[in-house]
Amino acid sequence: METVTTLGPTSPPLSVRDLWVEYRAERGLVKAVRGVSFDLASEESLALIGESGCGKTTLGVALIRLLVKTARIRQGEVIYRRDGRAVDVLGLNPRELRRFRWRECAMVFQSALNAFNPVLRIWDQIHDTAQAHGMVSRDEVRRRAMQLLEQVQLDPRRVIDAYSHELSGGMRQRVLLAMSLLLNPQVLILDEPTTALDILTQRTIIDLLRRLKADVGFSMIFISHDLSTAAELADRVATMYAGTIVEIGPVNDIFYRPAHPYTLGLIRAVPTVTGEFEELRSIPGAPPDLIDPPEGCKFHPRCPYATPQCRTEEPVLQPYYGETHAVACFNVARVQQDTGDLGARFSQSLGDSIL
Amino acid sequence: MSEYLIEARNLVRTFGTRKARVTAVDDVSFGIREGEVVCLVGESGCGKTTTGKMITSLLKPTTGQVLYQGRPVWRPDGRKADDFKTYRLGVQIIHQDPYASLNPSHTIYKILSTPLLHHKLVASPAEAMTRVVELLNTVGLGPVEDFLTKYPHQLSGGQRQRVSVARALTVNPRCIVADEAVSMVDVSIRVGLLNILSDLKRTLGVTYLFITHDLAVAKFFAWEGRIAVMYVGSIVEFASTPQLINNALHPYSKALLAAVPEADPELTRHKQRLQLRSQDIPSLLALPSGCRFHPRCPFFEPGLCDVQRPELTLLEDNHYVACHVAARQAGVAGA
Repeated sequence: METVTTLGPTSPPLSVRDLWVEYRAERGLVKAVRGVSFDLASEESLALIGESGCGKTTLGVALIRLLVKTARIRQGEVIYRRDGRAVDVLGLNPRELRRFRWRECAMVFQSALNAFNPVLRIWDQIHDTAQAHGMVSRDEVRRRAMQLLEQVQLDPRRVIDAYSHELSGGMRQRVLLAMSLLLNPQVLILDEPTTALDILTQRTIIDLLRRLKADVGFSMIFISHDLSTAAELADRVATMYAGTIVEIGPVNDIFYRPAHPYTLGLIRAVPTVTGEFEELRSIPGAPPDLIDPPEGCKFHPRCPYATPQCRTEEPVLQPYYGETHAVACFNVARVQQDTGDLGARFSQSLGDSIL
Repeated sequence: MSEYLIEARNLVRTFGTRKARVTAVDDVSFGIREGEVVCLVGESGCGKTTTGKMITSLLKPTTGQVLYQGRPVWRPDGRKADDFKTYRLGVQIIHQDPYASLNPSHTIYKILSTPLLHHKLVASPAEAMTRVVELLNTVGLGPVEDFLTKYPHQLSGGQRQRVSVARALTVNPRCIVADEAVSMVDVSIRVGLLNILSDLKRTLGVTYLFITHDLAVAKFFAWEGRIAVMYVGSIVEFASTPQLINNALHPYSKALLAAVPEADPELTRHKQRLQLRSQDIPSLLALPSGCRFHPRCPFFEPGLCDVQRPELTLLEDNHYVACHVAARQAGVAGA
């Protein structure tokens, strides 16, 4: 691997800088990811939240360069670091890229049903993967597979010789998780890990992810349209809108002190189960067309705080509260005035653990 | 007149072949008063959609009866009752998937005008146009001219679901069965859609059977109504929404409420969980004896719960629970 720099052990495993991804379409270029930058710290869990079509999945897939043929990474850097060495993922040749995927950075795709080959047993799929990545000893792979399946709370003997259709949704999701950890990756990308699962199964997966992360110690990026999964699992949250990060910060800052009108809108649109009835507000309008996005701030047509400046000038991410919380909005002060009730919710939920 | 606008009485529905039969819905009874909202909540496979389909007679009950305005919908010989058409127009459904429930080769105008013309609810095509425009305005699709000539594929998921709502409204129904009507819609748009449905309740007095797997959505939509929790084919708890959310008595409802992740980091991370004895939902082909929840229930009592099936029993005001342990704690004997 090509070594760019030598860094201390504390530097983040993944740094994304000014990443742009476009899709070719008949009507023109779809600007799916527009200038995204962030760092993923060691053993950190970062949630990417936003509506469908905001570029979350494209960003996740771009990090391991699994984009479809019509997509192109226009510019940017994805710096990956391990053991003091750093490489730009976007500069890897096909052989290096193969090594990078799964061994360094694994992805668990949405829809656990479609991620398996229906005519192969689970064991064959695990073995294939291991072989393709240079684990030659069949016995060793088997041992590792059994151990991983146990780690995700499955009965290895029952699962390993089964076909994917014989497993329930929650079991499949757990097998996928086990497989993603096969080669001990440092970074795990999960696309909607709990979507389409039932409440109790969802709970099992969430608890499992939390425990695995503590035991195995990987860093994780998870993509979710579901704010509650982010509230459960994230250390930091990044809100995406129209292909770019509009707000990023520690999970409690984002939920109790959101500074971007879109983040605030999302939080106000989601009901909680515990507690009394609360009024909810929807965000008017729909996400923009990414082929021909509006001028200025991409959120301004839906934003109650929009000013003439927002219509012509696009705000960039700037530190907001301390060093860790950044937001791309001209009207932070006005948004802040409206987030008081969320702060109250914070103290209330700290006060009494309900049920 | 009956107390209820629509009523399910001992509904049973089985599916299968001669080899294997499963009972998807097993003796479900409930009534919905005019203007009321009742939510059916439960995990996939619990029979909530099958129940909804029987309420709208898209499925015929294997046994049991649906009553509309106090009159049975099915005759004893299994044929449709004489006033079936009144019922059919009175009870409409909104399906879960707006990508599958609209005919892709029809324009929005055609989708909305066909029922109007078929049922002769309008006298002329011109009048149909007026009504379609009115309906699109009701569901907040505007400017209307942009939508009339469009096809479903040209609309977003949220817009399509609004068209589904408008279509259900064409025949002026008194009751709408909404089957996971907002589940496939993005969070930001979900509340807007729920508010439209709520407005119909206020302005037109529409009665709802609202089917969802999402307890938070049920709470928001049916705060003044009631929630029925279903587990493998039966209702295990039925209470007013605040009672169910704040004071659930059935262990399964408690487990669900404790397991739901909340969009509030401190709340969700400090919520107390209820540890189940098993993660596996029983197969409908091999149902457990006694209470169907007993293999998973943390309060399981051998010799009672695995022997005798608990019946839905009134334990508090308007609060029905099917659980031996909860009944004893409430001081109600013989559950």
